[in-house]
Amino acid sequence: MTQLDLIRNFSIVAHIDHGKSTLADRLIQSTGTVADRDMKAQLLDSMDIERERGITIKANTVRIEYPAKDGKTYVLNLIDTPGHVDFAYEVSRSMRAVEGSLLVVDASQGVEAQTLANVYQALDAGHEIVPVLNKIDLPAAEPDRIRQQIEDVIGLDASDAVLISAKSGLGIPDVLEAIVTRLPAPKGERDAPLKAMLVDSWYDAYLGVVVMIRVMDGVIRKGDRVRMMQTNAVYGIDKLAVLKPQMVDIPELGPGEIGIFTASIKQVRDTRVGDTITHERKGCEKALDGFKPAQPVVFCGLFPVDANEFEALREAIEKLALNDASFSYEMETSAALGFGFRCGFLGLLHLEVVRDRLEREYDIDLITTAPSVVYQIYMKDGTVQELHNPADMPDLTYVDHIEEPRIKATIMVPDDYLGDILKLCQDRRGIQLDLSYAGSRAMVVYDLPLNEVVFDFYDRLKSVTKGYASFDYAITGYREDFLVKMSVLVNDEPVDALSMMVHRDRADMRGRAMVEKLKELIPRHMFKIPIQAAIGGRVIARETLSAMRKDVTAKCYGGDATRKRKLLDKQKAGKKKMRQFGKVEIPQQAFINALKMDG
Amino acid sequence: MEDWKNGGFGLYLHWPFCQSKCPYCDFNSHVAANIDQKRWQRAYLAEIDRIGAETPGRLLNSVFFGGGTPSLMEPELVAAILERVRGTWVQANDLEVTLEANPGSVEAGRFRGYREAGVNRVSMGIQSLNDADLRKLGRLHTVSEARAAFDVARQTFDRVSFDLIYARQDQSLSDWEHELGEALSMAADHLSMYQLTVEEGTAFGDRFKRGKLRGLPEEDTSADMYQRTQEICEAAGLPAYEVSNHAAKGSESRHNLIYWRAGDYAGIGPGAHGRLTLDGVRLATEAPKPPGDWLQRVERDGTGELPRGAIDRSEQALEYLMMALRLREGLDLTRYERLAGSPVDARKVTDLEEIGMVEVSADRVRATAAGRMVLNSVIADLAGD
Repeated sequence: MTQLDLIRNFSIVAHIDHGKSTLADRLIQSTGTVADRDMKAQLLDSMDIERERGITIKANTVRIEYPAKDGKTYVLNLIDTPGHVDFAYEVSRSMRAVEGSLLVVDASQGVEAQTLANVYQALDAGHEIVPVLNKIDLPAAEPDRIRQQIEDVIGLDASDAVLISAKSGLGIPDVLEAIVTRLPAPKGERDAPLKAMLVDSWYDAYLGVVVMIRVMDGVIRKGDRVRMMQTNAVYGIDKLAVLKPQMVDIPELGPGEIGIFTASIKQVRDTRVGDTITHERKGCEKALDGFKPAQPVVFCGLFPVDANEFEALREAIEKLALNDASFSYEMETSAALGFGFRCGFLGLLHLEVVRDRLEREYDIDLITTAPSVVYQIYMKDGTVQELHNPADMPDLTYVDHIEEPRIKATIMVPDDYLGDILKLCQDRRGIQLDLSYAGSRAMVVYDLPLNEVVFDFYDRLKSVTKGYASFDYAITGYREDFLVKMSVLVNDEPVDALSMMVHRDRADMRGRAMVEKLKELIPRHMFKIPIQAAIGGRVIARETLSAMRKDVTAKCYGGDATRKRKLLDKQKAGKKKMRQFGKVEIPQQAFINALKMDG
Repeated sequence: MEDWKNGGFGLYLHWPFCQSKCPYCDFNSHVAANIDQKRWQRAYLAEIDRIGAETPGRLLNSVFFGGGTPSLMEPELVAAILERVRGTWVQANDLEVTLEANPGSVEAGRFRGYREAGVNRVSMGIQSLNDADLRKLGRLHTVSEARAAFDVARQTFDRVSFDLIYARQDQSLSDWEHELGEALSMAADHLSMYQLTVEEGTAFGDRFKRGKLRGLPEEDTSADMYQRTQEICEAAGLPAYEVSNHAAKGSESRHNLIYWRAGDYAGIGPGAHGRLTLDGVRLATEAPKPPGDWLQRVERDGTGELPRGAIDRSEQALEYLMMALRLREGLDLTRYERLAGSPVDARKVTDLEEIGMVEVSADRVRATAAGRMVLNSVIADLAGD
């Protein structure tokens, strides 16, 4: 067990690409925590998708031993957190387990919207914050300007910011010293009853459920009987370890320490993040303030392209859910798509990550239906229904009004693109709340309906600003608006997987965009196909996909038989990527691409 | 009855040489300076003996000399081959012996010799009745040479067919209608008319990829051209009996019908494919494409073929479906079911019938005129699971 004053617990706050994972790698490497031969980039990101996209999805932790200039050896616990807004929840709970943060800012790019949101979370959690300017070796680096920006935008004194290049290793010793000298040591009572915070939990194929804890008071040892205060479940500790980042067994963890245990827990769902863990006997009296569980905000249907793969999909989803308590699912049947699942996600990135993993790790081709937010349907009889799927929209005669979730969006953007951003937000039914400047960057705050943001807002934002804008949001509440269900008919048959909720004023535009897009996405058939968007029984947009006129091979003789037969077999395989709606075949990709708007 | 007997049995011989290579052609053709025709003769005869030993007593419906340019073969070579053929299989009373000929003056001089050897039908590669377009297609003959050669052919053989390529660069619908009228006035009993298809691995294919093959008709124009061709030929008494083939009644190419009716055919020569049903197993045969390679194999190994592959019943059914629907007579549903083990999906047939792509009568499903225009889709639809 480590003395309290020799412990420092911290996280790193940074925008995507500002060097968070690289800095973590350097800290691990320079302290010899991981041997050079075992070192790889983004060491703490264990999922393929994390490495590929250069993002962190799951929080992870590493214990570093650092001999400081004062001659003492300190234990530094770094909790690496996701940077993307979808995973803000993971960030907030990780912040609660540490006392300080490094604020990493790219010395040429400056503060971004996500940085801002995460810094505020760190401040809310009472953190001491050490600003770090990264990439100072780049020609475009302007440390003085960025220092000023940090003071202007965040209100944080950045005069003694540490200047580093995580890539080259420049300044890394200064960062380590700053952690020791400028961040506070944790507090806690060794002799008090055990009080530990459940920070995270995940499923490991060999160990079962692994629980990450931060000890507040008392001592936890291998073999202890512990109680989860929210669920009242009692478990025996089978294994107690710290992460370096591989597991290293440890006999006990005392106040201020971070580690993991296993206790024959079957499912991640049996653990509640934020729960307080204490001893079965002589436990602590008062639990820590818990966390609200993460609520899925985006829902969509996932269907196997090949209906025979439904069971395989069910298995894959169940396995994924073992390790991701923030992802919800329930069986769904669609007239058009057959059996599938209605799934809830923390945001679109989360949705994409789950879909990618299902397709990649479990090799299942999926049709993803239009993402939808959760609407509150106020019925005339006084009841309220949650609507996760536009296909379930009740008969309007029984509906009093509909409310939709709104968000507060913070966007940081260079001056030059401000006009485009304002237009984009206005087009998406936004209400401007604030507009301020910091140097040549503007910060705009908008009140927006979540359903306008959920699908392609982020993509549009990136494309109209050539990637220079950054964006963050928080859900603020629900508000009534004039929302309608728009259905899509292909060859006069409704395709329920394409129906969506839209604002009445935007319906004509969305309907037009949708049918035009579908006309491009559906291949021509032997007959002409009307494509319509409708609200109730009223058609608001219509396109006709003309019939193909000529598709015939001019020559086919004895020498062609083998080749043409094989070609036909290949075509048959290609058709498996299509879904039949009445007499029309719609390619798998059309469902998601039909929703992408150009404006 | 073995299934292949529904289509009959034919022999295809491939002569791989041409005087020059045409830029649109993806057939197995080669240009060579010196060809030892005696050596080729020995090889062809050896191959006939080999296949003959596997198919004793079969009734032979057709022999087809294809290429390449078979009219570069010496009449003596053709005669020796046909003599060996007559000694090997039982000949049908109406045995068809076709030779593909280039419409030049030199070739026309050999026509009498071919007839004496036993050839009773020629198929001439006229391709166009427009000198400028002939040059663009890389053809060495002129329109007047072609017409002269055609006249010699008409006088020499009972049955003469010729090929035309249309939907060419910068060709308008009325250009084609005019040219087609001229072609019909030449009184052939059979015409093959192919829309220009840009094939990969040809000079046109390369030009197309580089964006240098301009003026090809749009889909609508080529559809109109195809449609008009059907109407005009039908009115002239040469209806289409297959997607690109037109004939007066009774003048259909018996040889090609064997392919489309999924009969058996022996393929001899470089790059030749065959289908042979032996001991109840249908086999796909194939020979290597390079002429020298083929010759060597025949001489050294006693066979010009690459290893054979068996085609199972469901593959046979698919080939039959794909080939038979090209014919106006269509697909025999009972025969298909016997091969496939299950009938053609009745719901799909009904759907296609409803939109006017096929018609069904007397246990046959046929593509309509509209259906033939989009036949690849019709076939893919019926072949789908």
